[in-house]
Amino acid sequence: MYSRTYKTLVAVPPLLWVGVFLLLPYALMFSHSFWLVRDGFLVHQWNLQNYRALFTNPLYLQVFLRTTRIAASVTLCSLLLGYPLAYYLSFHAGPRKELLYQLVIIPLWVSYLVRGYAWKTILGSDGVLNGFLQYLHITHAPVSFFLYSPFAVILMLTHIYTPFVFLPIYAALEHIPRPLVEASQDLGANRRATFLRVILPLSIPGLLAGATFAFVLSLGDFLAPLLVGGPSATMIANIVQSLFGAAYDWPLGAAISVCILLITISLLFATEQLEKRWSFK
Amino acid sequence: MSVAGAIAPQNAAASSAPLLEIRDIAKRFGHAEVLKNISLQIAPGEFLTLLGESGSGKTTLLRLIAGFEQPTSGQIWMAGERLDALPPYRRRVNTVFQNYALFPHLSVRENVAYGLRVKSTPKNEIAARVEDALAMVKMRDFGEARPATLSGGQQQRIALARALINRPELLLLDEPLSALDANLRKQMQSELKTLQREIGIAFLFVTHDQDEAMALSDRIALLRNGALEQVASPREIYSHPATTYAAQFIGQTNLLRGEVRGGSATCGAIRIYPVSGPDGPATFSLRPEAIKGIIDATIGTPYMEFKATIRQQIYAGATELLEVDCAGQLLRVRVPAGERLEGEHEFVFAPRDAARIRD
Repeated sequence: MYSRTYKTLVAVPPLLWVGVFLLLPYALMFSHSFWLVRDGFLVHQWNLQNYRALFTNPLYLQVFLRTTRIAASVTLCSLLLGYPLAYYLSFHAGPRKELLYQLVIIPLWVSYLVRGYAWKTILGSDGVLNGFLQYLHITHAPVSFFLYSPFAVILMLTHIYTPFVFLPIYAALEHIPRPLVEASQDLGANRRATFLRVILPLSIPGLLAGATFAFVLSLGDFLAPLLVGGPSATMIANIVQSLFGAAYDWPLGAAISVCILLITISLLFATEQLEKRWSFK
Repeated sequence: MSVAGAIAPQNAAASSAPLLEIRDIAKRFGHAEVLKNISLQIAPGEFLTLLGESGSGKTTLLRLIAGFEQPTSGQIWMAGERLDALPPYRRRVNTVFQNYALFPHLSVRENVAYGLRVKSTPKNEIAARVEDALAMVKMRDFGEARPATLSGGQQQRIALARALINRPELLLLDEPLSALDANLRKQMQSELKTLQREIGIAFLFVTHDQDEAMALSDRIALLRNGALEQVASPREIYSHPATTYAAQFIGQTNLLRGEVRGGSATCGAIRIYPVSGPDGPATFSLRPEAIKGIIDATIGTPYMEFKATIRQQIYAGATELLEVDCAGQLLRVRVPAGERLEGEHEFVFAPRDAARIRD
C-alpha cells in the first residue's frame, strides 16, 4: 500500500497543471464572455450582450456553418483516404507493413507550418500544380481557384489530419483477432461480406476516434484558412483570432470560444458514448 | 488453378469411397518444411484425430483443408471435387477454432445464424435452424447473450452450433477442448463424441492430448515433424505401435531392445518366444500393464518369466506403478494396488503383448 504522503505528492503536479493551464484559463475565458468593451476598455460588467450578438448577427452563423462544412469535408476525405490505407496495411501489406507504417507517420514529424507553406507553393498561380497542368497542356493559363478557396483549406487539412485518422483505425484493425476473419470465411462469407459483417463493425471505435480527431481539430483550425484559404474560406477560429487581436473585443471572442468549447465537449462526449457501444471485449 | 488432367479419386460413387482424400500434401514456410508428403483419407462419418506435439504440423494440415493456407504441393479432394483450388468460403467444411473465434459484436443467435445469413437463407428457415442448432448443444436459453458473457464451455457449444449449422460433411476441430479445465474437458469429450455419432458427419479433430485422442477417435493419425508416424485405430496403435515414437507417445511403455534368432528374441535377461519376422536386431514394446506379478487367466501359454528387483512403487489409486530392475534393465510394471512390495519378485507376460516395432 502507498502512504498518504506519497499519494499526495504524486497527485499534486498533474492537479496543479490542470488547474493552472486548463481550469484557470477556462474560468477567465468564461468570465470574459459575460463582460464588455466600452470605448476601447474592458469593463467588468456582467451581461449577455456578447451571446445575443452571436445569435443575431448572421455573419457569425454563416462562418460557423462554413467551418462545420469544411470540418465535415475534411473528416470525410481523411476517412476515405485513411480507412483504406489502414485496411491495406493491416490485412494485405505483408512484409512491407512496417515500412509503410513509418511512411504514414513521418509527415507528423514535419512542422504544420512548413506543410502549410508547401501547399501554398503547390497551389499558387505560378505554383507547381499550375506549372504541371500547363506543361501537360491541360490548361493554358494559371488556374487561380486552387489557392485561396475552401477547397485549398480542405486539401491542406485533409493532408495534415489523415495520419490522425489513420492511426486509431489502424490500431482498431490490428486488434481484430484474425481467427474471426477466418471464421467468417469458413462459414461461407466472401471477402466483401466478411468486411461488411465483421471487420467494419469491429473497427467502428477506431473509425469514430479518427473522425473525431479530424473534425474537432479542423473545427478549431485557423492556420490553414490563414495560409491557403483567403477571405472566402474564413473559419470561426480566424474570427476569434481577430477579435482577440486587431478588433480588440475579447468578450465577444470569449463568447465564441465558449460556444466552440461546448460544441467540442458535447461532440467528444457523444462519440465516447458511441465508441463504448461499439467496443466489445 | 486447373482441375483438368487431374485424376479424380477412384470409385468416387461407391459408398466405401473416402469423403476427403489428402494426396501427397507438402507445405513449406520459407525453408521450414512443415508437412512432408502427407497422404490420408477420411471416410464419411469417421472420427479421425490428428495427434502430435506442437510443431508437428497438425494444425497446418487442418488449415490446408479449411483453406486458410495453400499447399506447396499435393492435392486435396472432397467427394470428387478438387478442394485445394477453392477459397475457404466455397469449401463444404466448417471449423471449430481453438479459442472459438465467436464474433464479439453479435449475439449468440446471430453468431449461430451467421453461416445462413451470408448465404441469404430465408428468414423463417434461419430462425428454425438456429433454434435446432441451439437445442442440439443445449444452449436455447442463451440466444440473446453476448459471447463475452458466456463461460468457456458455453462458448465451446456455440462454436459447435455455429459450425454445424451449414450442415458440413466434414467438421474440422482445432484443439477445441484445450482451453477448458480438466473436468469440463472430460464432460465435453463425451458430449462431442455423442454428438458426432448422432449427426453422423465426419470429424477431423486436432489435439496434442493422447488420452483425448484415445477416448474419441475411430482412427488416430500420429504426426511427427510433419510426417505421418502411424495411422490406425486407438486399439491398434496402442497394442501394435509402428514406431518407437508411436509406442512412447501413446501411453507408457517398455522398449525392449535385443536380437531375434530363429523365432525367439533375447533382450538382455528377458526372452520372448515365439516371435515372427526376420532375424536380426529388434525392438519390442511391452506395456506396463501387460507385465503381471502373478500368473492369471489372461496370460495363457506359453508365458515369459523374469526376475526383477523392485526399485520404486508409485501409488495411483486403483493401480500402482512399479519400477523394477531386471539385470540392469529398468522396466515399468502396472499392477493392481496392493501391499508394499520389496526385494526380488517374479514377473510374467504373454509373448503376444510384446509388439515388435517396425523401425
